[in-house]
Amino acid sequence: MTNAIYTVIRPEGDNRFGLVQETSEGLQELGDRATTSTAALAKEIGSTLRIPEGEAELESDSDDGRMIINMGPQHPSTHGVLRIMLEIEGETVLRSKPVVGYLHTGMEKTAENLTYLQGTTNVTRMDYLSPLNNELVFCLAAESLLGIELPERATWIRMLMSELNRIASHVMWLATNGMDLGSTSMMIFGFRDREMVLSFFEKTSGLRMNNNYIRVGGVAADLPDGWEDDVTAIIDTIEARTHDYDELITGQPIFRERVVGVGTLSPQEAVALSASGPILRASGVPWDLRKEMPYLFYDQIDFDVIVGSVGDTYDRYAVRLFEIRESISIVRQIIDRMPRGPYRALDPKVTPPPRARIDESMEALIHHFKLFTEGIRIPPGESYVAIESPRGELGCYMVSDGSARPFRMHIRGPSFVNLQSLPVMLHGGLLADAVAVISSVDPVMGEVDR
Amino acid sequence: MVLERSAYLSTVQARHDEGYIYLADLTCVDYLNNPTRDLVDGVSLERFELVVNLRSFAPPAIVRLRVQVPEQDPLVPSIFGFYPGAEAMEREVFDLFGIRFEDHPDLTRILLPEDWEGHPLRKDYGVGRVPVQFKEVKRNR
Repeated sequence: MTNAIYTVIRPEGDNRFGLVQETSEGLQELGDRATTSTAALAKEIGSTLRIPEGEAELESDSDDGRMIINMGPQHPSTHGVLRIMLEIEGETVLRSKPVVGYLHTGMEKTAENLTYLQGTTNVTRMDYLSPLNNELVFCLAAESLLGIELPERATWIRMLMSELNRIASHVMWLATNGMDLGSTSMMIFGFRDREMVLSFFEKTSGLRMNNNYIRVGGVAADLPDGWEDDVTAIIDTIEARTHDYDELITGQPIFRERVVGVGTLSPQEAVALSASGPILRASGVPWDLRKEMPYLFYDQIDFDVIVGSVGDTYDRYAVRLFEIRESISIVRQIIDRMPRGPYRALDPKVTPPPRARIDESMEALIHHFKLFTEGIRIPPGESYVAIESPRGELGCYMVSDGSARPFRMHIRGPSFVNLQSLPVMLHGGLLADAVAVISSVDPVMGEVDR
Repeated sequence: MVLERSAYLSTVQARHDEGYIYLADLTCVDYLNNPTRDLVDGVSLERFELVVNLRSFAPPAIVRLRVQVPEQDPLVPSIFGFYPGAEAMEREVFDLFGIRFEDHPDLTRILLPEDWEGHPLRKDYGVGRVPVQFKEVKRNR
């Protein structure tokens, strides 16, 4: 390890480690950074604990009051089976290491044995709080290799569903965050609001979660009759309730005591650690793939990118709360602009023919049979597609060899990458704040471990 | 952009200096028995391909590096020095493909248990099967 590594993590101009510091003995000057040994630097600013998972004691001078404790994998505040090894000194967290993999089921390997029609059922189970976004990125990657053009309505339906999913996911985050910080009422309210969105998903796709609604070539079914009224009722209710939550939480002194200034992440650190989504934006980097590198029809929609200024847990809360309101405004614009027309591509090699056609057309029967026995054949090539999921940059790298199954399908999970910034946020904070910080990262372990 | 392994680190450094400051994704593909890759002049294709997606924020752009890694000696330099966020992604590639990264601070398995044998996303790693035994049906009901 060289010192160059740390200059990337803690850049120049970051005066949290200023050379002259106020102490009880008056001003005291610290030694020059260059004279500090690498091992001492690692203790001071290196925030990632790099020891094997089975290790329970520190290798050297462990009699200086430091100790290692484990949080999780069975802990109510770790959002699943996340385990964090914390090096603590008294109540202060020094270094930490997220230990993941308890939920690993080899979904990328499984994907190589599934057709493109079955593939969406696989990816939808990764990030189970925003399943439609996972299906969307898988289908966009497959379609970019297929070179197929979608009907406009299919794209608008996809946008509608992915924004509703973002609202549901963020509301769910408000709920679990409330639970972690001891606000049980917020938990009940969040789950109640999410349920409204999920029942609309059930009405549309037949399932509350793991919908398998977005398919290669379009969506599985058209929106139900009267969907405008349903969606308007949902977003009007949730919008009114976000103001209630503002009153309930935002100005609440106990909540503010626990989150303001806790777990700060500077923009340089966030970029260097490849953080994305609300974490990156809360640090002050105005980066939203929907705005900067638009996919679907986000370039035709008017919305704001929500950016924080301090990068603490409170900012991450505020970014998510305001993103709910932005998503509601996006959904309103989608309702106004939803065109008529087919909801999936009319290419018989990609989408199955309507059921009524099978009885009267031999060709339709053949297409139907070939599609469900063999699947869609995608020309050879490789493609990386990224979308902005509620948790950040959700990417899909797909390699096809011309057969009906992907040769390689890789999902870049935002939760997996975001977990790396956790040690930096926890470093130097109190053990009791760790719960608030972990919650603010919003990891979904299904996606971390895949 | 297809690269030889020897040009990897210098290309990453050049891109980093150009403003590609954000590592979007780092993964690997095992091209065992797949002849469909496009041939590129001057680069000999190897079994493994390390795929690195770098992003620039201003202007918004993405560049993809495809680094050839030979089967006999799967060792590539780590880009942790430029992108500390590469740590978990490189550990994942090591875990699932068995590609080693030089100068990585903590190259251990991340998703699988530490005592796991083999690297599952390699194409020659078999998918396990559970044998199914059908019970005999009684004939004379």
